[in-house]
Amino acid sequence: MSEIRFTKDHEYVRVDGDVGAVGISDHAQQQLGDVVYVELPALGAKFDKGAGAAVVESVKAASDVFAPVSGIVVAVNGEVDAEPGLINRDALGRGWIMKIKLADPKELDGLMNQSDYDAFLKTLA
Amino acid sequence: MSESAILLTPLHGLHVELGARMAPFAGYDMPIHYSSGILAEHLQTRASAGLFDVSHMGQARLDGPDHATTALALERLCPADILALAPGRQRYTQFLNAEGGVIDDLMVTRPPGADGRLGLVVNASRKAVDFALLDQALPAEVRLMRLDQAALIAVQGPAAARALARLAPESEIAAMPFMSARPIRFEAFATQVSRSGYTGEDGFEISLPAGEAEAFARRLLRESEIEPIGLGARDSLRLEAGLCLYGHELDETIDPIEAGLAWSIQKRRRVEGGFPGTARVQRALAEGPARRRVGIRLDGRAPAREGADIVSASSEPIGRVTSGGFGPSVGAPIAMGYVASAHAAPGTTLTLMVRGKPLAARVAPLPFYPHAYHRG
Repeated sequence: MSEIRFTKDHEYVRVDGDVGAVGISDHAQQQLGDVVYVELPALGAKFDKGAGAAVVESVKAASDVFAPVSGIVVAVNGEVDAEPGLINRDALGRGWIMKIKLADPKELDGLMNQSDYDAFLKTLA
Repeated sequence: MSESAILLTPLHGLHVELGARMAPFAGYDMPIHYSSGILAEHLQTRASAGLFDVSHMGQARLDGPDHATTALALERLCPADILALAPGRQRYTQFLNAEGGVIDDLMVTRPPGADGRLGLVVNASRKAVDFALLDQALPAEVRLMRLDQAALIAVQGPAAARALARLAPESEIAAMPFMSARPIRFEAFATQVSRSGYTGEDGFEISLPAGEAEAFARRLLRESEIEPIGLGARDSLRLEAGLCLYGHELDETIDPIEAGLAWSIQKRRRVEGGFPGTARVQRALAEGPARRRVGIRLDGRAPAREGADIVSASSEPIGRVTSGGFGPSVGAPIAMGYVASAHAAPGTTLTLMVRGKPLAARVAPLPFYPHAYHRG
């Protein structure tokens, strides 16, 4: 069963086994506006939790995507490469950006679950 | 230190009601986009029509005893031929400093039937500087009146003329020449209109009292062709149109010739001078400027933004990006910047440094998207 976790920077990781699909939250895509380009990491790239892993470019500005967990990139989403607008339309589904093989699943404990993230969003309003 | 409160335009309440994402710009709380988003608003303007609140810009009036006196007073600050401006016509120019650098760019209008009067529209971010300059430079017989009680609404796009004509069926607004100006009554609204804009599309800029602006804007939005457009799309539209934005392509260190604005300096003024920075402008006209504003197309899909360094094919620094982003109508990333003149010819290969990575690019002709001004 896959579980979704969120960071304070509005990234998510949806874990299945020891691989997590990473993207930006629906809140983040709304804040960014229309996405026009995604700079994807290389396959095999290694990131520590919190490192800049990808960049999402909207019409107006570039926004860093920080790795929510440490690990190795085992897949990148060719669909968002071809159609960056997927991130706006389906940020949590087809708009995933990369898949990371988790180096340390215990890092997930430090992230917010869906209801904690929803509560967190309310504090920002 | 006291904090100055953010300023609101007369349409502020309307923007909020329409669900605009607001942000500060030039001291005003302005709509960046509405619920459609920047991309859709940009495309809407080129396909149909958009309504832009530009009331934050500085509107003013010069009043002198006759046209020649007022025109010549303004010519002491700008390089355009204002003397030859006919009644009901509008011209684009710049205020220059002693080194020939641009203090601001602006529109000057000679209203029909008001001898001695000139209307000015300057950038919001520069209006304090501009009005101080005018106060200090104008002779006693030419008075400056700031029109802080006037709103300014732009309606731009191929459907603008026909939508506006419905509100003023006897006006023959659709026949107004580009860069002309006259009063028009739209139903109960008395306004001053010019056929001009900042998008590359056909369109109109409409000045009216602040107190009537919201009712007028609501009335315009009832026309099916017209949607509200925010500053985000205003910027992507003008970038595609190859138009300068003060603080980016223009600043006090940049002269109009290197900015590609020689066309706005009419022949008599080139020869006679009499504006600040005449020496630098005349030398640049005679010898060519050392650097030039250029359009830039990137080979890939990653955008480059203002501030990115430009290097030549042999890695020497040759310039800087001044505006950049994604062009929705072009369907690709576009930018403008300055490069050393040897590298300014269209097709010249360039490298843009973006987040430490070299991106391949080339000089491209401007505009990126063709202008559709009314030349009827």
